[in-house]
Amino acid sequence: MMQFSDDKPIWRQIYELIAMRILSDEWPEGSRIVSVRELAQEVGVNPNTVMRSYERLDGDGIIFNRRGIGFFVAEGAKEHIREIERRKFLDEELPKLSERLNLLGLTIEVKSMK
Amino acid sequence: MITTNKLTFGYTSARPVLSNISLNLQKGHIHGLLGCNGIGKTTLLKLMCGIMRPQQGEVRVNGVDPMKRDVETFKELMIIPEEFDLPNISLEMFARVTSPFYPRFDMGQMRHYCEEFHVNPNEKLHSMSMGQRKKAYISFALACNVQTLLLDEPTNGLDIPSKSVFRRLLAGYVDDSRMVVISTHQVADIEQLLDNIVVLDEQGVALNATTAEISRRLKFGKASEDDKVIYSERTLQGDMAVMLNEYDEDSVLSIELLFNATTANRHAIAAIFNTK
Repeated sequence: MMQFSDDKPIWRQIYELIAMRILSDEWPEGSRIVSVRELAQEVGVNPNTVMRSYERLDGDGIIFNRRGIGFFVAEGAKEHIREIERRKFLDEELPKLSERLNLLGLTIEVKSMK
Repeated sequence: MITTNKLTFGYTSARPVLSNISLNLQKGHIHGLLGCNGIGKTTLLKLMCGIMRPQQGEVRVNGVDPMKRDVETFKELMIIPEEFDLPNISLEMFARVTSPFYPRFDMGQMRHYCEEFHVNPNEKLHSMSMGQRKKAYISFALACNVQTLLLDEPTNGLDIPSKSVFRRLLAGYVDDSRMVVISTHQVADIEQLLDNIVVLDEQGVALNATTAEISRRLKFGKASEDDKVIYSERTLQGDMAVMLNEYDEDSVLSIELLFNATTANRHAIAAIFNTK
């Protein structure tokens, strides 16, 4: 059973759940993913909320909709997710982390493996 | 779709429980019906399924007056009351006797739901605990596959694992042709299930808005100096506020805070959502 935290909207948490499944190859690139209704049932969340997560993932180019068939994982989705996550880390998480490191008198070096 | 128009009802003529309720509940949604004790939530559900007759105004379920007790309407309409009496037979027998009223009933589905809830459909209903009996009835009701399902405090009496089973089954139930109305005080049990919120108070409908619209217009959490605060309360995590969401921020909807804000500052909330 999925546990939801209360620091992020539920649609965002489902967005991240799907992204994790793609990154871990549970849902490989090019494959069809479960329907909105199936995922709603699995996580016990309103299907309209789950639809919102699918729409955002579609808008971000991570999945795409084949009318009447369902949603598929886009080619290059994994690298795309990593890029989004990297940007989020650098813009949002790193500033907080470095503030804390400063406070504690620590330094750290961040390198891209690309 | 359920519509009510200037609906008024009282158990005595002197004091109406509900007055001037005008509502429009759309298909494809799970509606949460919220309000303080005694405000008339259960009464409203009973009026919606034709158990009681309005004193003034009207109710329509897919355009039909439920008081007509029309077969075509009742095939697609079901209520699970908070408390109910069932005969002392097994759920299987109960389903065999009752399901002819519901053409879309599916016995296999009912057995599957019973399995999920760990309820034995062959056990006599009177030898079950209150919680088991509720799960048995929910299993039957969901397997009837009606278009309009009304639930009055459905999570009362359910244990913790059953509540999550309940959420999963309900999330899988609703589609474009169906709607569910849940009245409850246990908001935390079903928060993630709801996508439309209706708040009733003494003056009638204080709020009727989708969760998407609420999140677009309001944000919830700690306020900064620039925020336009509508309501705030002291909690262990500090002051938690309901504020205008002016810059389209992502915010986590707290139904409890929203409810308290609506109770405390009805005018502000009504103005934001154009409630009459």
